[in-house]
Order: sequence, then structure tokens, then C-alpha cells
Amino acid sequence: MAKQKIAEVDRSLYDFKDDESDFYRIKDGLTPDIVGQISDEKHDPDWMRQFRLDSLKVYQKLRVPDWGPSIDGLDMSRIATYVRPNTNMKGNWNEVPEEIKNTFEKLGIPQAERESLAGVGAQYDSELVYHNVKDEVAQQGVVYTDMESALTGDYKDMVKEYFMKLVPPTDHKFAALHGAVWSGGSFVYVPKGVKVEIPLQSYFRLNAKGAGQFEHTLIIVDEGADLHFIEGCSAPKYNVANLHAGCVELYVKKNAHLRYSTIENWSKNMYNLNTKRALVDEGATMEWVSGSFGSHVSYLYPTTILRGDNSHSEFTGITFAGAGQNLDTGAKMIHSGRNTSSYINTKSISKGGGISTYRSSVVINKNAHGAKASVSCASLMLDAESRSDTVPAMIVNTSDADVGHEAKIGRISDEAVFYLMSRGITEQEARAMIVSGFANPVSKELPLEYAAEMNNLIKLELEN
Amino acid sequence: MAQPLLQVTDLSASIEEGELLHDIDLKVGAGETHVLMGPNGAGKSTLGYTLMGSPVYHVTKGKICFDGEDITGLSADKRARMGMFLSFQNPLEVPGLSLEAFLRNAIRQQTGKPIKLFAFQKELEEKMKLLNMDLSYADRDLNVGFSGGEKKKAEILQLLMLSPKLAILDETDSGLDVDAVRTVSAGIEEYQKKMDGALLIITHSTRILEALKVDYTHILVKGRLVYTGDASVVDEINRNGFERYI
Repeated sequence: MAKQKIAEVDRSLYDFKDDESDFYRIKDGLTPDIVGQISDEKHDPDWMRQFRLDSLKVYQKLRVPDWGPSIDGLDMSRIATYVRPNTNMKGNWNEVPEEIKNTFEKLGIPQAERESLAGVGAQYDSELVYHNVKDEVAQQGVVYTDMESALTGDYKDMVKEYFMKLVPPTDHKFAALHGAVWSGGSFVYVPKGVKVEIPLQSYFRLNAKGAGQFEHTLIIVDEGADLHFIEGCSAPKYNVANLHAGCVELYVKKNAHLRYSTIENWSKNMYNLNTKRALVDEGATMEWVSGSFGSHVSYLYPTTILRGDNSHSEFTGITFAGAGQNLDTGAKMIHSGRNTSSYINTKSISKGGGISTYRSSVVINKNAHGAKASVSCASLMLDAESRSDTVPAMIVNTSDADVGHEAKIGRISDEAVFYLMSRGITEQEARAMIVSGFANPVSKELPLEYAAEMNNLIKLELEN
Repeated sequence: MAQPLLQVTDLSASIEEGELLHDIDLKVGAGETHVLMGPNGAGKSTLGYTLMGSPVYHVTKGKICFDGEDITGLSADKRARMGMFLSFQNPLEVPGLSLEAFLRNAIRQQTGKPIKLFAFQKELEEKMKLLNMDLSYADRDLNVGFSGGEKKKAEILQLLMLSPKLAILDETDSGLDVDAVRTVSAGIEEYQKKMDGALLIITHSTRILEALKVDYTHILVKGRLVYTGDASVVDEINRNGFERYI
């Protein structure tokens, strides 16, 4: 399936004059030339050009992870085609799979945006919205821009100071790949004491070349500041290439507060190998709200490092795995400062033979006295073919930690379905209500329109 | 004579392990109140579930007609939309779904029309007051953490909000204290008298029946309806038990 799609890519885009390098590409996938070309197109500053090349070296040394769901379908020998699939590609709406088109239809996405999401349209006209929002927050001194502009703009030194320091390219093979070929994404800086009233939403997913594939998000919330950032959207993002290796780095300074909400819905051929991490300073709070839908395989474990004393983090997440999907998701909390606290609350749903694995790790370092950590995970399997696993790890290196863990795995109750049906509710609707109810602790954390979108998504997934 | 609201003819039903109901004949006219009694394990709840269309029980013979239509093969939701209601002996818990949202959804699906929110909320409040329910229960997850009495009140609240033509009440009074029985009973009385609803009440005791006008009493033993009489049968059974019917 995946390979067939790749074969459709117009290869003339990355054919090179240099025969030797072309040979090298075929043999090894990604080359310094290809990475250099990305740098050229993006007018990278020198340090970034070097950063990409260094990351490439790391990438070539590291091995593909083998401890989670299989990613054998990802042909690493042809990584170049994943890296530069539809740049400048003039695709055709007719070639977009029916399944995706139907979903756009059901979610009520406007045609212009549909084409853009499907990677075949002209740039979607979100520029206007973006500029309005940007102007509004700029009055408060907030910097909100796309990553490419940030590299050369007024805050270029800040970008250089923070870029991939929290998720270094040496972290794992796909972090290294990201470092080499990243493209698109958002940069946000909220100055000291500034409380951003409206949730900031990422618009760049629709615009930047190759965005939605290797996009980089860098957010710095300075001391005492407050931000809610929303990324992603409920529409399935269609990509000819089936690898997503994005990176999100969040810095929450002393007494600041950041809420990062995201709903991701990848097309069902996608390998989603995403890395998200937050560094939380003294007295600060980091909240994650995360919905994972779609993709063929996902590895996603947003990580919080509670570095400062009295820092706090909460993670609320939901994962929905349908037929042919193997989603390995969870969260990590690393307690480093004193009197830190964390709370993980996840829900996972599996259906039609889908596999959903909850994997988490709570680490309490030896100096993290007075730490409190609580983990609660619940799984709902909608039929007998589906699978759900939980792999919660707790590593406690102090004697005074207060840690708790609760796991529930269940099936949808036929009697509950009958109960709702006896009130005139159709079977399908009854199932949807039970599943939405199960997801409710997550959806109620989302802004209203996102919660409604997520409920629609759940209904769609149940219909399929 | 007008057609009865519910007409059960020669009905047998079974589960995999065997037949549980045999050759049941039963007629319930519009606005009538029937009481179904019988020893434990006689199949009273099974009859209630089968009438409502539970997929657990398979009709092997006979038919069920409601409002002149053969509903034997219809799913529970269609039966409900035609005007049937079953109050569960053990109402199920649905986390994340509030009682109010559930009711709105059920009414919307039954009527096929959007809800008039203001009128709905006013009515909900009235009925909850009638049932001595704290209004905060409307926002709570359906039956989650409700006490036995609160669950039964919530069932009667649904009955009053949905106002069906026929309500089957499965041991709605079991496990309730005296005050709760009185409250639930007042709710059922409201349904019987003000909405002119028909009732099939499955019960062990007379407490819930005190304020109600009973038209017929049926006795079910080992899956068979063995006797049908008037209201006086209820008292007779309370004095003498089921012995003479077994």
C-alpha cells in the first residue's frame, strides 16, 4: 500500500545532475546534498545548515527503534522519498483517496481547505486569520510566527539558543532525521508576565512546504506568563509520503503556565513518530491535552521534565485505534525538582482489530523529594478482535514519594447498549454515546469546537 | 372492541440454555394497569425484557403486537419510539454521559425534532421536584454513583419525560426505603393519571400499588401465565403466597 503510493511520486523533483550523489541516494537514502538543498531553499543561516548536516551524521549512525510496534513498512533505504515527497508537487484532487474525501465531507471542511489538507491545493487562505491573530497578540509583545521566519527574525538568537536543546538529534533516529530535514512549524515567545487571553492556534500546518511532516514547534513561555496553544486539526492529513517525524519543544519558565492541546488525525497509511517534550521550571505548570486518531503506527509519548521545585504537570490523552492501526501512546513524567507533582489520565479505544498500547513512565529522581505522581489509564475495547495493553513504568528513587497507579480495561457492555436503545436511541447512536462518554474526561478539556470535532471523529470512526 | 395497546399471542422465548417463556397470552389496553407477580425465577423480568426487544432472548414462537403493529422482530429503539418503555431493575451506569444530555438525546431521537431547550429544562425541573430529586443530578453521569433509590427515581424521571403509551416497570420498588417507595409511587401515579399511560408492573410487594388503580393481576409460574384476575389477587397473594398457583 505504502510503497505503491511512493511510486507515484514525481521523481524528477529530486533527480540530481551529479550521478555519483544520485547513486549514493539510491543506495543509502538521505545524503548531505539533499539536506544541503533543503538548507538552500530555506535560506538557512550557517549554523542551521551545519546543524542539519550534523544531525544527518547522527541519523546515519542510529538504529531504527525495535521495542514498539513494527515499522517495517517504512522503507528506510528510500528515506529520501519520504523526506521530499510533495514539495512543489502539483497534485490532483482526483488522486486523493475516496476515504479521505468522504471524511472531509462528513467533517464539513470547506473545499479550499480540503485541497490544501490533501496536499494538492494552492496555499489555503489562512494567512488572513493568522495575521489578525498575530497582530492581536503582538500588542501584548507576544512573538508568534512560523519557524522559518523565526530563524532570521528578531528572535533568531533565542531560536538558536533553544532549538533542539530539549530534544537533541541524538535522542533517537527520528529526532536526528527531524534535525536534518525539519520544515515548517510554529515559534511562540510569550514575554515575562504576559497572559495571552485567547488560545493561540497553529495555522502553519496548512502553509509551509512539507509542513505536517517534519514540522518543528518551539514555544517559550517566560516567567509568570500564561499561554494556551492549540495544534493540529481533526481532518485527516493526507500525505503521499507516509512518515511523520515532527518535534515539539516547550519551555515553561518560573511560575509560568502553558497548556498545549492537540488533536491529530493522520491518514491511515502514516507512520507517526513524533517527539514532544516540555521543560518546566520552578512553580510552573504544564498541561497537555492530546487526542491521537488515525495513522498506521504511532509512537507518541509527550514528556515533561519537572526541573524546578514545586512545578506541576498534567497529561490528559485519548487514543483511538481502528482496523489496521497499532497506536503506541502515553506520556512520561520526570520529577527532578522538589515537591513536584504530576498526573496522567489517559483513555484508549480500540476497534475492528486495532491495537492500542498505553505506555508511560514516571521517573522520580533521587533529589526529587516530596514528589507526588498519579497515573490513571482506562481502555475500552469495542469488539473481541481488538487489543489493548498497558505498560506503565514507575521508577522511584526517593523514599518519600507518593505515587499511585490505576488501570482499567473493559469492553462496551451490551446491556448498556440495550438500556439506551430502550429509550429510543438507535444502536449506533447508543454505542457512540457510550464511547463519547468514555472520552468525555478528555473532550471536556478541549475548547468547545474542538470537543465537538472530536465527538464527530469518534462517531465517524465508529461508523467505518 | 378496540384493539388492545399490547397484544401478546402464544409467545415463547428462549436463551441458548433453553426455553424460559412458554405460550404467553397477554392483552394490555390503553391506560390500563396490569400487575405481574410470581415466585422468584418465574421469568417475570424475562417477559419484560422480551417485550422490550432485548437481544438476549429469542422469540421462538408467537408474536407481540403493539398499537396494532407486529413488533416481534423490531429492535428496542423502534419499540421505544412507538411508545414502549422499560424501567430496569438494575439501571446501567454510563460514565461521561449526563442524565440531562441523555434525556435530551432520547427525546430528540424519539420525536425526530430538535429540543426546545427552555421548555425542556422547565419540565425536567418540575419532574425532578416531584420525585424529590436534587437538581444537581441532571448534570451527573447517568446512574454513576447513584444510590439504589436515586437510580429508581431516575428511571421514573425518564418515564415522565418520555411519556410512553406503555411502561413496563421491573421491580421498581425493590430495595427502596419507605419514603423512596412513596416518592416513586407518586411519580407512577402521575404517569397513570395525568398521562393516562398503561402500565405493566412487575413487583413482589403491594407497597408500590397502594396509590394506584389496578385493573388486572397476572401470575407467572415457571415461564407460564397461570392465572389472571383483578386487583384483589394482589392482596390474596400477599396473605397466602403463590402456593396454590404452583
